[in-house]
Amino acid sequence: MLIKSQKISPKFFTEKVEMLPVRKGFGEGLLIAGESDERIVGLCADLTESTQMHLFRNKFPHRFVQIGVAEQNLATVASGMSAMGKIPFISSYAMFSPGRNWEQIRTTICYNNRPVKIAGSHAGVSVGPDGGTHQAIEDIAIMRVLPRMVVIVPCDSIQARKATIALAKTDLPTYLRLAREKTAVLTTDKSPFKIGKAEILWEGKKPKVAIIACGPMVVNALLAAKELMKKKIEVIVVNNHTIKPLDEKTIIAVAKKTGRVITIEEHQRAGGMGSSIAELLAEKFPVPMEIMGVQDRFGQSGTPDELIEYYGLGVNSIIEKVQKIIAR
Amino acid sequence: MNLHLHDDKIKFLEIKANHIRESIIRALVRAGSGHTAGPLGMADIFSYLYFHGLRHDPKNPGWPDRDRLVLSNGHICPVLYSAMAHSGYFEVSEFETTLRKFGSIFQGHPHRDFLPAVESSSGPLGSGLSKATGMALAERIDHGKSSSKFFFCLMSDGELDAGNSWEGALLAGKEKLHNLIAIIDRNNIQIDGFTEDILPLEPLADKWKAFGWHVQQIDGHNFSDIHSAIGEAQAVFDAPSVIIARTIPGKGVKEFERKVEWHGKSPNKEEAAMALKELRTLGGKITSEHE
Repeated sequence: MLIKSQKISPKFFTEKVEMLPVRKGFGEGLLIAGESDERIVGLCADLTESTQMHLFRNKFPHRFVQIGVAEQNLATVASGMSAMGKIPFISSYAMFSPGRNWEQIRTTICYNNRPVKIAGSHAGVSVGPDGGTHQAIEDIAIMRVLPRMVVIVPCDSIQARKATIALAKTDLPTYLRLAREKTAVLTTDKSPFKIGKAEILWEGKKPKVAIIACGPMVVNALLAAKELMKKKIEVIVVNNHTIKPLDEKTIIAVAKKTGRVITIEEHQRAGGMGSSIAELLAEKFPVPMEIMGVQDRFGQSGTPDELIEYYGLGVNSIIEKVQKIIAR
Repeated sequence: MNLHLHDDKIKFLEIKANHIRESIIRALVRAGSGHTAGPLGMADIFSYLYFHGLRHDPKNPGWPDRDRLVLSNGHICPVLYSAMAHSGYFEVSEFETTLRKFGSIFQGHPHRDFLPAVESSSGPLGSGLSKATGMALAERIDHGKSSSKFFFCLMSDGELDAGNSWEGALLAGKEKLHNLIAIIDRNNIQIDGFTEDILPLEPLADKWKAFGWHVQQIDGHNFSDIHSAIGEAQAVFDAPSVIIARTIPGKGVKEFERKVEWHGKSPNKEEAAMALKELRTLGGKITSEHE
């Protein structure tokens, strides 16, 4: 059952569910953050509308820098601006930033301890028709290994807006991972959001499995939970939007309560959110685990739905995985 | 800035450069590893900056109105540390005895976590110009074109192989960042050999002109040249400036000069003793005052 205090949208399980791109929330959040803090500047690598940074650019043209198709410069110029007291947000597609400019992010941002805020849009296979070159499915891995870096994967547009506003107030480098496609809006303005606090969205009576999801996969996890309830299989669904720093307390608590954990993300199985949870549970509370993600393959063209199904991340795949782990 | 540099001042800067070089040798021999040629070759420019050109306060490294100096090619940090030590940021002896050692503030490549007085942690080549560009852009947002702060980026010729360097050059040219001054250590060597054999950079001045920069080429060991070039760069209002400083790698120690092999190694005890003697006597021109 949905946890009431999460204030999930009443439209969520209905046909009237609102569909918005997650990246839109970033654009709105940046505008709001920029209005209250003059130190915030925006830098973009020739994808200003696509990453929704145009909302900020239109309002604050003197605080916006067009970098051009030069993602290494995007990161390093931002490092320099933050050395002078600015809070730079940099945006591009995740495949290019942090994909192409990883060393610059490591050295000029993290190693230099500069609070640059990286927004990587078009993450995951749900990017769709653009194909594998534009579908970042390794970005969580390469960002979460960096000392100091905070990694957030919001589940919907509203959460992306809140995350952007919250990240603007931190003094650490951060990575915000954004999906391109329209995604079901499940949270509301009143839903809680705090960096580093995983949210339990759904909890059945005597749950047997904890499904820990991030990004748009939270939607599929909730849809699966509802179907499983019909089959009298009770689960917990956790929205683990903060991959680093991980909410160890909540994750260990749901592992203890259920004894089985399934993770799901639009990312390679290696090195992602599931891996981070496996690292935690292996040390602190080992339980049977299934890590759902892309299995060491690249993406390809297709509709988002086709690709999510093909890579085994759809609602039915989750249901099968829950049944499998209970039978283990 | 006064275009003429007084003879007494030149003599003073030469002596400081010599002290900087001596400390570099002393530190490198104790460290047992590190780069020799680049730091020695840039000692004159660092002497000029830290003892004359740079607006800074060694007793107040965080002074907000200071000029910023970004060392892009972090591997020549012995010259940065030495110039900073001799100008009063920290004890010269600490630099000479702890460079590259565990727990030292003088890391093998500069790291602000250990030494907050350096403007930038660096090492991987090709990113310093973009950092300095970002600093100048931030300054323009806050203070417009009337800012009197200058942003110096010290970089190597070898790191111009890196695309990131030219991304920074393109952006700074587009933004006409008048208070950005890049100084290239044109010593013609990099680890694997001579720059023009590895990946030719010439015609280097033309490249920078094409990117919208004000370009000067100078003798990087001539204090009058250094002084007038930086003065001119500071007077340019509609473009960033680059000073291509022709330097001799290993400058000051004949046995090290122009030798590629001294790019990336440190002297042993005998070589260091020989180098220090040569530096103290200015190549035999004067009698050594101390051991």
